[in-house]
Amino acid sequence: MQVTVNGEDTQLAADATVADLVAARSGAHDRVAVALNGDVVPRSSWPATHLSPGDTLEVLAPTAGG
Amino acid sequence: MTTSDLAPALAREEATDAFVIAGETFTSRLLLGTGGVPDLETLEAAVRASGTQLVTVALRRVEASSSASMLEVLDRCGVRLLPNTAGCRTAREAVLTARLAREAFGTSWVKLEVIGDEHTLLPDAVELLDAAEQLVADDFTVLAYTTDDPVLGRRLADSGCAAVMPLGSPIGSGLGIRNPHNIALLREGVDVPVVLDAGIGTASDAALAMELGCDAVLLASAVTRARDPERMALAMRQAVEGGRLAKLAGRIPRRWHAEASTSFEGLPEL
Repeated sequence: MQVTVNGEDTQLAADATVADLVAARSGAHDRVAVALNGDVVPRSSWPATHLSPGDTLEVLAPTAGG
Repeated sequence: MTTSDLAPALAREEATDAFVIAGETFTSRLLLGTGGVPDLETLEAAVRASGTQLVTVALRRVEASSSASMLEVLDRCGVRLLPNTAGCRTAREAVLTARLAREAFGTSWVKLEVIGDEHTLLPDAVELLDAAEQLVADDFTVLAYTTDDPVLGRRLADSGCAAVMPLGSPIGSGLGIRNPHNIALLREGVDVPVVLDAGIGTASDAALAMELGCDAVLLASAVTRARDPERMALAMRQAVEGGRLAKLAGRIPRRWHAEASTSFEGLPEL
């Protein structure tokens, strides 16, 4: 299925969860936050949150800032 | 000067001159931003030299974020993290960003920024107050970055913000405190801590903020983009301490004409 991750069209397996996406995208970061269609997905819900075609996700990590 | 150089009574006062936000006590009145830091070695040196206990960080898409080791450095320095909502332009964006930051960093403290103009990066007062009210209702500890408007500062404090953080001048401009009178008025008008945030260019700006009555200073670029960030971090630490001591000590009144410090009594006729 096709979803949008961080502004880019992305193909994921039909049964993909938020946890699968984070494992694939977050690299060395362990303090990651995910928004799905404009709402926060708490870390505890990542494994049980299945994605649907057309979903829009933001996968965010810490960076320097003032 | 260290505390040990002070007379015992003054040393006690300095040791107990703590800065409290939302029940958390800090002995340092300097908050440091990490934005603009050239590398992690410089970051660690600057954080340690500054003596800061509260450091701002941000969230970005994973592809554009710093290496994960930035947080290892900050953890090693023992500082508390203060996530910001930098780049948000609406209350909706800022509230969502704060909630994401709460997930990522495990803290409900947030430096709330809602920007209304891309050239000046000045806060959008309407969106800011809306976001502050929503985040306070959601149990966040909100430190609100705001303009130097004393009325808006009071509205933010009344909405439940834990600290009000007026700008001295636009972010990264280094123009110092353009309206000292407004900063002093804002300080008078609220019961929560006031943190001078943005516009600091050099040490004298930080000292002035404290002399005006601010409880603390938050700065990033002035240190991270200085030629020698570690040395500037130490300069800012000492400026904040000096300004605070001067405020507590009570400056002399300004006079139009001179007032001799040496007595005229017993002046010989020569």
